[in-house]
Order: sequence, then structure tokens, then C-alpha cells
Amino acid sequence: MEGIRKVLKTIGTTFATGDFRTRISYFILGFGQLLRGQILKGVVFLLSEVAFFVYMAGFGIRYFSKLSTLGTQVTQKVGRTTTYGDNSFLILLFGILSIFIILAFLVVWYLNVKDNHDSEELLRAGKKLPGNAETFASLFDKHFDKTLLALPVTGIFLFTVLPIAFMICVAFTNYDYNHQAPTNLFTWVGLENFRRLFSFGSSGMGSTFLQVLAWTIVWAFFATFLDYFLGMAVAILINKKGIKCKKLWRTLLVLTIAVPQFVSLLYVMKMFANDGLINGYLMKWGWISSPIPFWVNPMLARITIIVVNIWIGIPYMMLIATGLLMNIPEDLYESARIDGANGWQMFRKITLPYMLFVTGPFLLTQFINNLNNFNVIYLLTQGQPQSMRLAEKAGSTDLLVTWLYKMTVNNTNYRMAAVIGIMVFVVTAVIMLSVYNLLPSVKDEEGFQ
Amino acid sequence: MKKKKIAGDIITYIVLVLISIVWLFPFAGLALQSFRSYDPKVEYGGMVDYLIPKHFSLDNYRFLFSGQTNFLRWYLNTIIIAVFVALFQTIIVLCVSYALSRMRFAGRTLLMRFWLVLGMFPGFLTMICLYFLLKQFGLTQAGAVPGLILVGVASSGMGYYVCKGYFDTLPKALDEAARIDGATRARVFFTITIPMSKPIIIYTALVAFMAPWCDYVFASYVAFGHDESFNVAVAMTRWVWTNDYQGYFTRFCAGGILVAIPVTVLFMCLQKYYVEGVTGGAVKG
Repeated sequence: MEGIRKVLKTIGTTFATGDFRTRISYFILGFGQLLRGQILKGVVFLLSEVAFFVYMAGFGIRYFSKLSTLGTQVTQKVGRTTTYGDNSFLILLFGILSIFIILAFLVVWYLNVKDNHDSEELLRAGKKLPGNAETFASLFDKHFDKTLLALPVTGIFLFTVLPIAFMICVAFTNYDYNHQAPTNLFTWVGLENFRRLFSFGSSGMGSTFLQVLAWTIVWAFFATFLDYFLGMAVAILINKKGIKCKKLWRTLLVLTIAVPQFVSLLYVMKMFANDGLINGYLMKWGWISSPIPFWVNPMLARITIIVVNIWIGIPYMMLIATGLLMNIPEDLYESARIDGANGWQMFRKITLPYMLFVTGPFLLTQFINNLNNFNVIYLLTQGQPQSMRLAEKAGSTDLLVTWLYKMTVNNTNYRMAAVIGIMVFVVTAVIMLSVYNLLPSVKDEEGFQ
Repeated sequence: MKKKKIAGDIITYIVLVLISIVWLFPFAGLALQSFRSYDPKVEYGGMVDYLIPKHFSLDNYRFLFSGQTNFLRWYLNTIIIAVFVALFQTIIVLCVSYALSRMRFAGRTLLMRFWLVLGMFPGFLTMICLYFLLKQFGLTQAGAVPGLILVGVASSGMGYYVCKGYFDTLPKALDEAARIDGATRARVFFTITIPMSKPIIIYTALVAFMAPWCDYVFASYVAFGHDESFNVAVAMTRWVWTNDYQGYFTRFCAGGILVAIPVTVLFMCLQKYYVEGVTGGAVKG
């Protein structure tokens, strides 16, 4: 609030007290800079204004003006000729882009005003304005941050910000298989999609959503903590005094990180299949008479996924734990041993608290990553086995993200996919915010140092 | 006391050997089955209930190199994507990290918070929109390879955490001394910071290089239906998901070995840097 007031005040006073160059700059950007000899700055400002008006007049306005309805003219086919109407997809996408561009232009306009204001103050104080060469050189010194960030920020805007804004809007439309652009139009439907997600009637997705959400959280919990403790255990085993070939053991485990997951996971998936190696050998040895349905039985499939994930996750945790365990001062253990503590007590009182303290934020990010762990689930089961009780072709091992993916690719149900995406965001944000402040290393940065 | 220690050591070794067997078994299986012929006159190329092939054969490898499929093309596509993504992503991450670690500018914390929030949205959410954007530039289907490079690089600025954490630990006094001597920020970046960042540069490049080898989701969407621009993950996943009677399983194993060996060797050579990177990243969060 305070900031906005300051900005408005600068705009007002600059116009009131400025000279004619500054005042004209309010309408023709860069005018003042050009007259004061700052050609480089002036040209950049002027060009951005020209570009803005060319974009809006020639392109943006067409889409921007239809943003409220997302198009009314349906594409029609009379005989062999097709008259193309409005394309809701393009209207929404370029409409949003236009909003961003208008906002960006307002910022540029303000910067222009501010620059005029600053220049006038400099001149009034009897100082010289920086010349063109100086301005250019500052891009590699004082303003090097702008040079460095220009490209990354643009990339993130085009390929992350814009698409996310677009999909958030899709959650409030009826964009699905019946409303595919360019043949059909789609339009705003308010909160209807959210209502559908939370309704528990026969057509609602409430119970499916809850089940998928519950499994997502259960999965993330086991995938994070089982891997964490088992990985730490393996690291302690290898670190033990007197164990030889430490490097060899570690290297063997690290193979699962090195080999591309699509190779290892697909092979493991086939290994556990009904006609796979494990069932094959067990049957040959006469231990079982019919194959164990690792991927067919919902409960068994979930357990198998968690077990296979341990195989993937332990090496990663082991690597991290190995380095950290060496940081624990040896004399802590020494004095504990003198006091007669056994191995388990030392682990509980020294190792574990230290590890939890140091890796708290890591555990949190691991948990979040596991909530969105697409590869493991999709390569192993693709969310199968499917169940008739679940809506929108969700399977028993589907996470929210794999469900989202299937809705997008197989069912082209974009509206619900967008809603699920927003729900993933909400779940992530809630967990992040609520856990982050509880972390010991955040509460007490000095502890353990 | 001594006896107890020896007993403990023996148990540890037994556990370690068991763990190693479990960890190596799938890879051993993959390698062994890749030598089983798919030729029905010799052996069956689908799923069988034994591990060691009855006849040693190189049929699968011959098949991959014979040109009956675009395997070499897929392989080349993946290498091209991986190399370019690794190159550009490293450059971008270095730039962003330096700016955020060393320079203080208006909106710095705002930018970092905004990117943190953006990161909470699932990546697949934006798939159809990205597809459309790529299509506008002709970067889907036939142009999928440059398209995938673009997508892999475009948003990589958000993954600056580990690298910035590393830059934060480099002594600022060096920068300041150079700046007092009249060096510009850019000069400090190129002549002081970058030469000191070898481990983190290798880590960033390695992680970026490994990712495209597993990229199934987006690659299959962007290259849909255009066999020539598949990467190995997309192309070979079909062999596993196809019906088993066609016996493509051993061919998948052979392809998997060919993909895994160079990537694994590279990883093992640079393992030291990887460990440094993940440990540093884990501790700082």
C-alpha cells in the first residue's frame, strides 16, 4: 500500500514540477531522454512504446476484447466450405498474454517517468548525466543483474508463468472433449468444475478425489520416510569401522541412480509381472501354484510400488547420509561410550537428532517431490489396476499428478485436469507452509553448531 | 569384546552382500536377457521364467543396428537433446545464481518467492499449453528435438538453489578486492567466480544431461506419431507395453543396455561431483 502511494506521488509531482521534456515523455516515451542526449535509453523506451501499440492494435485487441465471452462465433460447415469462427483457446491464451503485456507496459511507462524525474534532479544538482557509453557499460557492472536475468526471466515467463495462468483460467471454463477448439467454443462456467470435484453424488468426483489424494499422501509418507531411515541405516553399515571396500559397496548401490529410470523401472515392472521372472521362479520351485498378482491386486500393487521405490531411493539417501555422518564429531560418541551407551542408544541420542536437524528442509522437499513422483508410478503401473468404482478412469495407484496426466492425454478433459492441478498446488502449499515453520533448523539456526 | 566385534563385522558383511545382490539382480537380469534371441527358431523373445538364456546370441543387438527401426536415430536425438540441454541449462543456472547470490536489486526476494510459488504447480499442468506454443513455432512432431531442447532450457532458471547455495559459500572478499581494483561485475563473474565453481558446474551439467534420457511424458506428447523424432525413452517404452507375443522384450533389454552403459559410465566418473552437489543441496534445503 505504502509502495503504491509512493509510486502515484512520484508520477503526480514529476508531472507538476517537470519541464516540457518530462511532460511530453508521459505520452511519448523516451522523449526527454532523447532531448537530453541519452540516445540509447530514449530509443529503448520509444521502441517499447511502438512495439506495444503495434502489438495491441494489430493483434492483442482482437483477443483481449473477447476475453469475457471466449468467443461467440461458432465454426460452421456448410457443404464443403468451412467458415472459421472464434477460437476459444487462442482467445484465452492471447487474452492473458495481452493482460501481461499491458501490465508490463505500465511498468515500463513508470520507469520512464522515474528516469525523467531522476535525470532532472541530477541536472538540477549541477551534475552530468551518464552518457550512452556509460549506460551501456553499466549493464556489465552496476546493472549486470539485469543482463544476467533477462533471458531466464523471459523463458520462465513464456514457458511457465503464461501456461500456468492459462491453465488456472481453464479450471473455470468448460474446456473438455465436447468443447474442443477450433471446432467448438468453450466458455466460462464459474466454480462448476470445483463443485463437481467436491460433490459426492453419482456424477461427482468427490470420493475418487479423496481416495487418490489419500493414496498420494500415504505414498509420499512411505516413500520419504522409509527411504530416509533405511538409507541412513545402510550408510551407517557401510561407514562402520573395520568394514572394507567402502567405496565398492557405495558404487554398487549408486547404480540405480546412474541407470536411466525408464530402463531400470520398466525392467523391474516386467520382473514382477504375472509372467515375470519372480513369479516364474517361485512357481518353478513349487512355492506357489498360481502367480502372485503384484500389479493386479490394488493393495499388493501399492505395496510393491513402495518396495520398488525403496530400491530407487536408498542409494540417494545413502550418499547424502554418508557425507553428513562424517561431520558428527567423533568425541560425542567417545564420551557416550565411556558413559556406557550401546550402539542403539548412541544412534537415538546423537546420530538421529543430528541428522533430523540437518536434513529437515531436505525431508520436506523430498516429501513434496514424492507427492509429484510421476516417473516411478507411471513406469511401474501407469496408475493401474483400474477400478470401476473410481471416476474419470482413475486407477488404484494413481497419484494426483498421474491422474492429471491421464485426464489431459487420454480423456482430453482439460477442465478437470486444471482443477486437479490447482488442488496439487494447494496441497503442496499447505504442507510447505505448515511444516516449514516447525522445522528445528528454521526455528533455531544456531543449534548444533 | 574382540569376538563380538568380529561377529558384528561378519553380520554386516552378510547384510551388505545381500543388499548388493538385490540391487544388482535387475541389472544382471537385464544384461543376461539381452543376449536371448528373439528368433523363434532359436529362442523366444518375450517373457520367460528363466534368467540365463539357453543360447547366447547377439540377435537383439544386430536388430537394433540393422536399420529395421530408427534406433540409431532415437539414440542420436536423445544425445543431441541431452548435450544442448546440459549446455544451456548450466549457463542459465550460473547466470541466475550469480545474480541472486552476489547482487542486491529491487524485487530480488520477491522474484525468489514468486519462483518458489510457481514451483509448487505440477509441471504436467501446463502440457497442452506448452504443446500449443511449440506448435506455433513448428517445434512439434518433425521439429520435436529442438522443441524439447527449448522446453528443457526455458524454465531452468528456477532450479538455481544448489548452485546459489554454492556461490553463497564462496568468499565475498575476493569479489570486493577485485572490484576495488576496478574490475566490473561481469569480469568478476567470468574471471573469479566461474573458475572457482568447477564442482558445481559439473554437477549442474551432469544432472541436466541425465534428465532427458528418462523424459517420457513430455517427449511422447510433443513427438506424438512421428517416429523419427522420438527419443529412446519414448520409442523403447512401446516395446515393453506392446503385446508380449511379439517378443520385443529382449530387444528392449538390449536397447536398455546400450542406453545405460554410456550414461552409467559418465555418471560413475563424475560421481564425486554429484555427491558434493546433492549433499550440499540437501543440507541447505
